[in-house]
Amino acid sequence: MSDNMKAVYGQAKDNYMFKIRLKSTILFIWCLILTVICLLPIYILLINATREASDIAGGLSVLPGTHFFENVKTMKTDFKQQFRPLIGYRNSAVITISATFLSVFFSALTAYGIHVYDFKLKEISYTVILLVMMVPAQVTAAGFLNFMVKLGLTDSYIPLIIPAVAAPAIIFFMRSYMKSSFPLDIVEAARIDGCGEFRTFLTIAIPMMKPAIAVQAIFAFVAQWNNFYTPSMILLSNKMSQRTLPMMIANVQSMDTYKDYGVVYTCIAISIIPIIIAYILLSRFIIAGVALGGVKE
Amino acid sequence: MASAAQRRIKSISYAKYGYIFILPFFLVYFFFQLWPLINTFIVAFQGNGNATGDWVGLDNFKTLLQKVNFTKQDDLIALNRVPSTDEEYEAAKALKVQYAIHNEFVDSFKHTLVLWIGNFIPQILLSLSLAVWFTDAKLKIPGKGFFKVVMYMPNIITAASVAVLFMSLCSEDKYGAFNQLFHSMGIVKEIDGPKADVVHLVGGSGHPWPARIVIMFIQTWMWFGNTMIMLMSGIMGINPSLFEAASIDGASSGQVFRKITLPLLSPIMVYTLVTSMIGGLQMFDIPYLYHKGTSINTDLETVAVFIYRNFHTGQKNQNYGWSGAASVLLFIVTLILGCITFYLNRDTDEIAKKKQRKKLAKQAKIQNKQFGGLSL
Repeated sequence: MSDNMKAVYGQAKDNYMFKIRLKSTILFIWCLILTVICLLPIYILLINATREASDIAGGLSVLPGTHFFENVKTMKTDFKQQFRPLIGYRNSAVITISATFLSVFFSALTAYGIHVYDFKLKEISYTVILLVMMVPAQVTAAGFLNFMVKLGLTDSYIPLIIPAVAAPAIIFFMRSYMKSSFPLDIVEAARIDGCGEFRTFLTIAIPMMKPAIAVQAIFAFVAQWNNFYTPSMILLSNKMSQRTLPMMIANVQSMDTYKDYGVVYTCIAISIIPIIIAYILLSRFIIAGVALGGVKE
Repeated sequence: MASAAQRRIKSISYAKYGYIFILPFFLVYFFFQLWPLINTFIVAFQGNGNATGDWVGLDNFKTLLQKVNFTKQDDLIALNRVPSTDEEYEAAKALKVQYAIHNEFVDSFKHTLVLWIGNFIPQILLSLSLAVWFTDAKLKIPGKGFFKVVMYMPNIITAASVAVLFMSLCSEDKYGAFNQLFHSMGIVKEIDGPKADVVHLVGGSGHPWPARIVIMFIQTWMWFGNTMIMLMSGIMGINPSLFEAASIDGASSGQVFRKITLPLLSPIMVYTLVTSMIGGLQMFDIPYLYHKGTSINTDLETVAVFIYRNFHTGQKNQNYGWSGAASVLLFIVTLILGCITFYLNRDTDEIAKKKQRKKLAKQAKIQNKQFGGLSL
């Protein structure tokens, strides 16, 4: 009797384990296929960046070619009007770094102001900030450009950098972070010790908010670095000395007279390699940050 | 003593620091966001091109939304005949422009909808299934962390570069990687020369769908990892004892998904849906850059591209009126979507509790009155 039960039970258990294992294996293979789909375009890009145009016409290849430096040389001469990586890196870095700094610093300041102090307009101002979060950039673009043309600020970096001060989504995130991990007693203690209000913010609040600042800085940086819409809208005359990297790529794309695919791939590769390296180094924080963004709502 | 110091501190008002701290945000916000938004509404009621700044009332909205009826004989004549007077010429020109702009705008809305639906459905199916499998404690899929990192990666790459990359991969000649692939599979017989029968993945005249499908693929490719991670964190927020109880009661994984995961995940699903919709309405970089040569692919023109094209026609003749009016319509759509999220995401339990509390308070009041206001 008991032997019989054991046999039945054991069989059921084996069956169950087998099912789970089979399902896991199938899903693992499916994930591998998705991984290949995710990586294949980038892999082809990197491989083709090192090949000659005539070589690319011959079909796909698994191994990289040896033509990368020739491609770079061709890029320097023939794509001079479209793509200059050093200028692009410089311009993108200037805009991105200053805008990220402003976003993060002033968002922390605003969140701190709303969290720590009691004032009449506190709740109203926070509600306004939340409402602003919903307005997409495309909606204000026509009025924005019209206004900038009137002020004579087109072809200048000011409209690309200064608006970063007002970043409602970052303020929202920082306020939630402060609510959970910034006790007001610390501010009180600092006051008793004679610390000024602004100094309290700089020397106590900012170090305590480091994790939130780091996550938001990464996302602000990526968003600014990838931004094509605003720069191409504001930099009307599209001068080489002012173009950002995405704008240069757009220019490579719209040249129709001469197209050497090896060099085009090289340009694209040069434009995305920094962000891929940064991603590989910071992927852990980025994934955690995306997950946090999902929870907050 | 400490109490004296504390009392002194309490008596100082720090409110002014609050205002000082939030001042920079509101200054910049007013100048670079609020005023441009108001200005968008202003230019929507003003003229285009040379007439920028003249008030035209609702003309722009009429142009965008009103269908030009060609049943009227006069209009047809005005369009086709060689105009004899200046007045007639102007009328014909205005009619032609109105016809073209209306069609372009309506098409751009259709394209936005089509492209968004075509990327959202595969994206949500893929992300939801992956999120459920990755969070299932019973399944043992090795390398989950690695898969998450890889699947999120396309999202972080510059969209402009992605568009140009796919443009090169889809090229309709012997250089295009996809056509090479089709060639080796035998779908494309002749890849080069006059008899080439390559797949028209770039689009252009007469081939709208392959290019649209490529755009849908790119959008899905870029966004499914992001959605997956958000849904995963949502599923992990569900109380695990519910899953445990279900598995003890012998629920199948399909039942668990339908009866537990999906209902409890609905707030996040709604959030994902609406953020994706708002993002879809803003779709710009990829449809704008996915074309050959200098002129854009009109089969892929979205509302954002329509707005951009009309205010960014170079240094002269910016049609602020039309892009402003289109922006206002876009704003209204976004507002409606936002209200829907807010309505669906509201805490129904909290509202019910509030009602209950009010009811109790009322009853207590009535009882108090019955006993002549005496507290018992």
